Amino acid sequence: MSHPVIEAHNLGKRYRIRHQSSTHDRKLRHAVTRLFAQPWKIFAAAQAGKAEDFWALREVSLTVNEGAVLGIVGRNGAGKTTLLKLLSRITRPTEGRALLWGRVASLLEVGTGFHPELTGRENIFLNGSILGMTRAEVRKKFDAIVDFAGVENFIDTPVKRYSSGMYVRLAFAVAAHLEPEILLVDEVLAVGDLGFQRKCLGKMDEVAKGGRTVLFVSHNMASLRSLCQEGILLNDGQLVYSGSMESTIENYTNLYAAEAVGHTYQQQPAENPETKAELLAASICNAAGEPAATVNLTRPFSVAMTYRLNTAASHLIAVVEICDTVGTVVISTTDIDASDLHGKARPAGIYREKAFIPPLLLMPGAYSINAYVIIPKRERLVEQKQLLRFEIVDHDSHLSQITGVSRPGYISTPLQWEVNYAKS
Amino acid sequence: MISGPSSSQAKPDAPPEAVIQPQGSGLWAEFSELWRYRELFWTLMARSILVRYKQTLVGVLWALIRPLFTMIIFTLLFGQLAKFGEDPAAGEVPYFLLVFAGVLPWQLFSTSLTGSAGSVVANAGMVSKIYFPRTILPASACLTTLLDFLIAFALFIILMLGFGFMPSWRLVFLPGFLGIALLAAMGAGFWLSALNVHYRDIRHILPFMIQMMIYISPVGYLSSKVYGSTLPGYLKTLFILNPMVAVIDGFRWSLLGVPGALDPIAFAVSAGMVLLIFISGYLFFRKMMDTFADVI
Repeated sequence: MSHPVIEAHNLGKRYRIRHQSSTHDRKLRHAVTRLFAQPWKIFAAAQAGKAEDFWALREVSLTVNEGAVLGIVGRNGAGKTTLLKLLSRITRPTEGRALLWGRVASLLEVGTGFHPELTGRENIFLNGSILGMTRAEVRKKFDAIVDFAGVENFIDTPVKRYSSGMYVRLAFAVAAHLEPEILLVDEVLAVGDLGFQRKCLGKMDEVAKGGRTVLFVSHNMASLRSLCQEGILLNDGQLVYSGSMESTIENYTNLYAAEAVGHTYQQQPAENPETKAELLAASICNAAGEPAATVNLTRPFSVAMTYRLNTAASHLIAVVEICDTVGTVVISTTDIDASDLHGKARPAGIYREKAFIPPLLLMPGAYSINAYVIIPKRERLVEQKQLLRFEIVDHDSHLSQITGVSRPGYISTPLQWEVNYAKS
Repeated sequence: MISGPSSSQAKPDAPPEAVIQPQGSGLWAEFSELWRYRELFWTLMARSILVRYKQTLVGVLWALIRPLFTMIIFTLLFGQLAKFGEDPAAGEVPYFLLVFAGVLPWQLFSTSLTGSAGSVVANAGMVSKIYFPRTILPASACLTTLLDFLIAFALFIILMLGFGFMPSWRLVFLPGFLGIALLAAMGAGFWLSALNVHYRDIRHILPFMIQMMIYISPVGYLSSKVYGSTLPGYLKTLFILNPMVAVIDGFRWSLLGVPGALDPIAFAVSAGMVLLIFISGYLFFRKMMDTFADVI
């Protein structure tokens, strides 16, 4: 019978964020003048910034049974890593408590403690014992680790001479051979090339099937689906859902949908503009040029945005990003990509722009729009993430008509094929 | 809405391996945990020893060059220029041996302290990504320097025998004095490494501090010189508060048998200081270590 190996009760972690009082204070010149004018205020200045409490995690209770493989999902900043850090004792909770039955190993990063001057061999032993293996254990698994990483020929070379691929492969290989009762993994599978990633997933699967308890944080829904049976969803530091992995992912996706974001955006221009630019309107338009929440896969559509530039600026560009349901940017396009606006000064005034998206580009599904007006590498005048939501629907395309099932992938563009046949 | 997966299962009778809570565990639990992590302690020591002289031209010779040159400069400076060499307290021991016996523990102390003061920040990656008893970092950084010490010590013994000085029964006390030097470095290392996490000023203060300390410690002269001087009494008291006084005096006494080297009262006072620094340093470090991962 399986019994709990992790029991957390109302775990909470508070961080105190100190804001710099103002940009004025941060200037070195001011710091130096103040240092000489009022030297006794050094410490006062360090404390002066307003402190604000921020709960990275609050009232999280959960029980994880032995042998469970639990996927943890949530947006960036939802508290996933904080939860792992608390459970692995890297940092202490502000409130609540958790009980652990079993040896815990955490894998928040691969290659922690690797030293560039040391050889692969030396680093395997070093990293192994940092991760909690005994020397005897490492010795026993040494050949398997080297084999897994595929670095046999370089094992006595300092790792600073390794390619970055070899480096992460070796680092992951050590971690993959950990045998703790409880393993906490944070997004470390996204290393190396595709072949290696597949190998890592296979190894993780093996670990999971070996009866060990695994908590796995990832943004990769495909690997979560294949590895985990159960999942929890964190949002703004709270545990908002727990259940099967599939339904957790569904809830996660709905989290985005639930947000009151439409296919149009309107903003009254400010009376006394303080910013250099402001976004006034944005919308998704169908092929006929009318605002629409859904667009047809086989028809072109456009993303329109209107912004007011309050002061003239040069090198300015407008950017539209189309993102999938979890916020990954699928395509990004700018208004200088296909125009002669590049590098030209833009006078103050109202700009109405439209980005045209050709038919059969993206797969059917829900998408969101990020809009920016920026001066690259210098300034972001407008930054609106998750500004609009829309859906691409498929009524009549080749995609469903021909194969009859929905296809995986991001891009729906039909490709040319050449098929030759020869009677063997 | 908020509920963990299947919490109705029977709890195991076994006590949990770890309890995670806002406050720290007791001292005893901490020591037993340190013992469980002893392998990591050795590993970290091995790492810094392995790394220390990689990609250097003369490698481990540096362990000899530094004390040797310090000894030569100080012998010339204090022995020849300042004429401290004609100290009756020294007996017939050549001045350079006296200086060397002081340089040995001094070098051990200063490298240990530098290493341990920077240890937590230098291992920021480990601290923020992995759990282990944080005390291991400054402690292992301190002990790493023992290897350098032993190499320099071997040279000292060769010189000593070469000049016809046989070690006496007093040599058995040497490990004790060595221990005091390490305790002093570790204690100060606890203080500084924890402070360094919050205030990187330590990085600037430390070299300066060590540079000052070599002059107020009896490295280039004998402590008896200070006691017998015309300095006001309170300065002499301040002098013996320096933990390195006990150590250096002890080294001279046990290695060379310099009769006037070890003043019992001065020794007791500065050994007491060492204990104070060590215990307060440990407690301070312990209080601060829970927030290391958050602020580093």
